[in-house]
Amino acid sequence: MPVVSLKPGYSGPVRDRVENFHGAYLVYVHWEGHLNFCSAITLPLPPTTPFAALADEILPSLYQADPGWSGVDLAAARWTLDGEDWSPDRTLALGEQGVGHKSLIRFWTA
Amino acid sequence: MVARKLSLKQKYGHFTRGLDWEPSYQKQEDIFPFATYEGIKIHDWNAWEDPFKLTMDAYWKFQAEKERKLYAVIDSMAQNNGQLGITDARYLNAVKIFIQGVTPLEYQAHRHFAHLARHLPGAGLRVAAQMQSIDELRHCQTQIHTISHYNKFFDGIHDFTHMHDRLWYLSVPKSFFDDATSAGPFEFLTAISFAFEYVLTNLLFVPFMSGAAYNGDMATVTFGFSAQSDESRHMTLGLEAVRFLLEQDEANVPIVQGWIDKWFWRGYRLLSLVGMMMDYMLPKKVMSWSEAWETYYEEAGGALFADLARYGIREPKYADVAKAEKGHVSHQVWSIFYNYAQAAAVHTWDVDDQHLDWLREKYPETFAQHYEPRYRAWREQAEAGKRFYNDGLPQLCQVCQIPMAFTEVDDPGTISFRVSEHQGEKYHTCSDGCRDIFEHEPEKYVQAWLPVHQIFQGNCGGATLPEVLDWYHINQGADNFDYAGSPEEEQWNAWMEGRRPAAFPAAAAE
Repeated sequence: MPVVSLKPGYSGPVRDRVENFHGAYLVYVHWEGHLNFCSAITLPLPPTTPFAALADEILPSLYQADPGWSGVDLAAARWTLDGEDWSPDRTLALGEQGVGHKSLIRFWTA
Repeated sequence: MVARKLSLKQKYGHFTRGLDWEPSYQKQEDIFPFATYEGIKIHDWNAWEDPFKLTMDAYWKFQAEKERKLYAVIDSMAQNNGQLGITDARYLNAVKIFIQGVTPLEYQAHRHFAHLARHLPGAGLRVAAQMQSIDELRHCQTQIHTISHYNKFFDGIHDFTHMHDRLWYLSVPKSFFDDATSAGPFEFLTAISFAFEYVLTNLLFVPFMSGAAYNGDMATVTFGFSAQSDESRHMTLGLEAVRFLLEQDEANVPIVQGWIDKWFWRGYRLLSLVGMMMDYMLPKKVMSWSEAWETYYEEAGGALFADLARYGIREPKYADVAKAEKGHVSHQVWSIFYNYAQAAAVHTWDVDDQHLDWLREKYPETFAQHYEPRYRAWREQAEAGKRFYNDGLPQLCQVCQIPMAFTEVDDPGTISFRVSEHQGEKYHTCSDGCRDIFEHEPEKYVQAWLPVHQIFQGNCGGATLPEVLDWYHINQGADNFDYAGSPEEEQWNAWMEGRRPAAFPAAAAE
């Protein structure tokens, strides 16, 4: 439903358009079952970021604050991307396997 | 013989409606351009019954008396080192949340009630809005004066207006009020006067003012008393205004119901910060958030909506969700602050055993199972010198702007993720309530100034945490991080040590 406004056809700037992020997408990641991390985490990632960089560098740097992280095998994790099952390919960039601006990646580990 | 003195009723008439006039050379719609676009139909402005007959001269006299009392207490507090009378320095974090989060809203309310006092077509309602505008300014000023005493000794209070405009958790109250002031006059009245000041106000004022009383903060208690008679006027205005809208035209009912649904949920989400304050920041607890919700919403609100049913108004949508969540929200919000204590202008701490006992007792169905293990693990990490911090920035709800920490109603282990699409762009919200609000007026919320996204756009002072904190005006190492190890703790302990009496000499043997 459109907003009820004084002048018909009101609209305002979309503040978080992808152009505003200097070549990055906003990507939200969430490690399911670990609510010591209170919410999903927002990352500004260029779409050319290889999934391997996310898995090997970025996620460990975020989640190592949990003592259980060291035992996590991400290769065996279950993933969803924007609510759909997802089988990420380590060799491909995020943008090449469906990750878009403001995508949500959730993963479950054993 | 001419009467030398007007009766109260005559005086009231002259001072209020007597100041109004019928325009003759300007069109009504040009003078009141905001009056009709929301779809609210008013057939007879004279049907507005002023709920309180207060004229400006009586108002000044009455308020001046209250001010004298308040400022006497503030003076005495300053002269007697009143800050030493509080239960514990950790209590001050409730005061910090108040001055950073609530006081600027009083100022916003002052501004917007002044706007209503100009733009509502009915003179009676305009006068009421004018009085409330002045009340809100007075509240803002008296809060600043009251709390300025603590600013001499405690951190995080020094730049609250600047912080209110920038800090991630303060964007929650700020955006709440921006949403209201960018709405039309009738939505604002329903949002602020009715949903917030009538339905939910006790959940804001009782926790802070009773919290102050329980924790020895006499200055804030006195401010609370000083504001109380104003608040009861505001509550009455809210209820009368909504009744008036409902009585004027049946077509107003669904519009008002939509606003009640929206603003109940907006207010409820905002109050989760207050719930966190109640359950975690008060050294001496008043009641739990869950108990407060039962008393002030479920019981009082239930009676109110039963009464409004004759107009065709039902309980706010998702009130059942709020009820189902009451054992969870305060703990989830505390987790947010604990995660990001490095970036907040309040302190957090590890929950000690006594506090764990209280939480277990107050939340028998949720705490031990879902939250205690988390807190114990955090405490162990801190004791091992590895205090847990979240080094990533949180995903925020597009509507309430709170980090998306709230869980599914039937599954407290799983975050409630909602997503909407608007013109090809994704928007994430924390709940069905916030999602519905977004989808009802996407043009509004696509403009949300989300603090995390702003940092990544490069609009917040830099790319590193210290740069962003500088931009927030957080005095790093004092305003932020845990209470343990803070300058505030050190100072408090020194004060308390100084008050401990030297050992009494043993009584001489007779």
